[in-house]
Amino acid sequence: METSAPTRHHLPGDLAVWFFIFAELAVFGILFIGFGVARSLDPDTFNTGRQVLHPWTGLINTIGLITASYLVAVAVHRLRYRQAGVAPLLWAAIAASCIYSFGKVWEYVDLYGKGYNLGTDTFFMFYFFLTFFHFMHVLLGQIILVVLAVKVKNGDYNGDDMNGMESGASYWHMVDLVWLVLFPMLYVLA
Amino acid sequence: MKYESQRVAMPYFIFALILFVGQIVFGLILGLQYVVGDFLFPEIPFNVARMVHTNLLIVWLLFGFMGATYYMVPEEAQTELHSPLLAWILFWVFAAAGTLTILGYLFVDYATLADVTLNKLLPTMGREFLEQPTITKIGIALVVVGFLYNIMMTALKGRKTVVNIVLITGLIGLAVLWMFSFYNPGNLAQDKYFWWFVVHLWVEGVWELIMGAILAYVLIKLTGVDREVIEKWLYVIIAMALITGIIGTGHHFFWIGPPEYWLWLGSVFSALEPLPFFMMVIFAFNMINRRRRNHPNKAALLWAMGTAVMAFLGAGVWGFLHTLAPVNYYTHGSQITAAHGHMAFYGAYVMIVLTIISYAVPILRGRPYGNSNTAQIVEMWGFWLMTISMVFITLFLTGAGVLQVWLQRLPESGEALSFMATQDNISLFYWMRTVAGTFFMAGLIVYLGSFFIKGQAAPAEEVRGPAPQDA
Repeated sequence: METSAPTRHHLPGDLAVWFFIFAELAVFGILFIGFGVARSLDPDTFNTGRQVLHPWTGLINTIGLITASYLVAVAVHRLRYRQAGVAPLLWAAIAASCIYSFGKVWEYVDLYGKGYNLGTDTFFMFYFFLTFFHFMHVLLGQIILVVLAVKVKNGDYNGDDMNGMESGASYWHMVDLVWLVLFPMLYVLA
Repeated sequence: MKYESQRVAMPYFIFALILFVGQIVFGLILGLQYVVGDFLFPEIPFNVARMVHTNLLIVWLLFGFMGATYYMVPEEAQTELHSPLLAWILFWVFAAAGTLTILGYLFVDYATLADVTLNKLLPTMGREFLEQPTITKIGIALVVVGFLYNIMMTALKGRKTVVNIVLITGLIGLAVLWMFSFYNPGNLAQDKYFWWFVVHLWVEGVWELIMGAILAYVLIKLTGVDREVIEKWLYVIIAMALITGIIGTGHHFFWIGPPEYWLWLGSVFSALEPLPFFMMVIFAFNMINRRRRNHPNKAALLWAMGTAVMAFLGAGVWGFLHTLAPVNYYTHGSQITAAHGHMAFYGAYVMIVLTIISYAVPILRGRPYGNSNTAQIVEMWGFWLMTISMVFITLFLTGAGVLQVWLQRLPESGEALSFMATQDNISLFYWMRTVAGTFFMAGLIVYLGSFFIKGQAAPAEEVRGPAPQDA
């Protein structure tokens, strides 16, 4: 049986999703540049703010998201080659991404309890806004993964047409990629 | 036209165009008042003319959106309109209320109008663009609720399409956000928030959904490209419009007293508001390149392409020009804002309404393939005259704005010119704007003239695919 193996010029997923991904990256890109400019104007505030954060939580969150991305990638590969276990892999990815969700909520509660919020100073404005905006993307990504898992289970995706699966996976990887910039930027370099 | 009840769109389109003429007449009066201060004073003071100019715009665009909806929804849902009678009743109610309000502005002084219409009971008047008497506002709300009922009953009983869903979502948003116009807190800073929740979230939020849906519908009809492809683009565009537009409201919060972080959020998100408009350009041209038929209504296709390009320039580029907080610190409320306002409203909303009129009205008049070649050529002359005039109006106002900022805003206090002294220095730009405005009026007359040319287009050779109306 013929499989839909990727060709050399293959664009994974739908072109429209890539427009969306580039638009999202543009939003985050401009916010990152803004962060850099604001930090260069007031490095002390950023340095003081960073020390209040919890780098270990950030690291655990990062591991959760990378694991989820790995599991999604394996799921895409298995679907393409019509191997079993695609839906369980997606559910496992969702579970891994929940590590991030819990970690993030815990840190918000902790910081908020200590009196930090969006209006504290420029560093915390960026911290709360950037991470919350990213968190919303993680939630959307998780919803997309749930949809993919249900569709795979229902037999809607069988490897003939990879468009839906690859589009969802590409979006998820974008969410992961943004965090890989956010984590060192906020928790380590600031 | 597939469904008899689509005919109810016609009076909405006709009345919209009548009000459009009124809007431009008052635009010309205003343009002259900028340079001849006492022109038509005291009969029509500047503040009244401005109120009429902007209110007519909003009301005629609403008529246009309603006409577009009455035309599109039955065809998309593949069923007759729930109640054509209700649509007719609401038309007359809205037309009468709109006309009476404008006459009230013109023939009664504003304070008396507020007294007569019992503004005291629920004060909502006196705010820019929301000057309508409270009873008119209630009337608009009731008309919109009746309209939504009619449309949703139609959509729910028929085929569910993405175009209908996006269009109706936009219209529901329009109705819900209108409710903020009834809340008028005494605190001026608070008032500004709720005022922007109507003004900004209409034009940079839900109206973009309406615009996207109309553009998608016309492109489906004209190009014959698969609905699925167009729907996917529509989803991406409206997602971007909402992501950037909602937080982008922050660009109005810069100087009204909220926390400082709005300088960042407003700047960053509104800097990205051009993206959905840019995607509309790519979308429109991409679909036209992939067209599966050459529709004989070339004029409608020109309007569709023009809408995408002009909306990107007017709303996107000219909006970006002054949206970053450090720039807006100097340009806020200058003629640069006026330049942006003119091209954005024309490019995004005037042109999308004229696009659907260009596509639907010939069909409603029994010309399924469009107007005759001559009529289309005249209509395209109207297109180019109005569009090029608007480009010049925008450029002259931008020139006026840049000079205004240079003379009045940039110098240290003490050295800066006063507001009125600055106005004298930039009057040449105002004169040129008025000349461009006259050409716009000429373009509008040419455009309207095209409706009186008889004849219809012949079915053209199809590239491939079914007849134009069957998609």
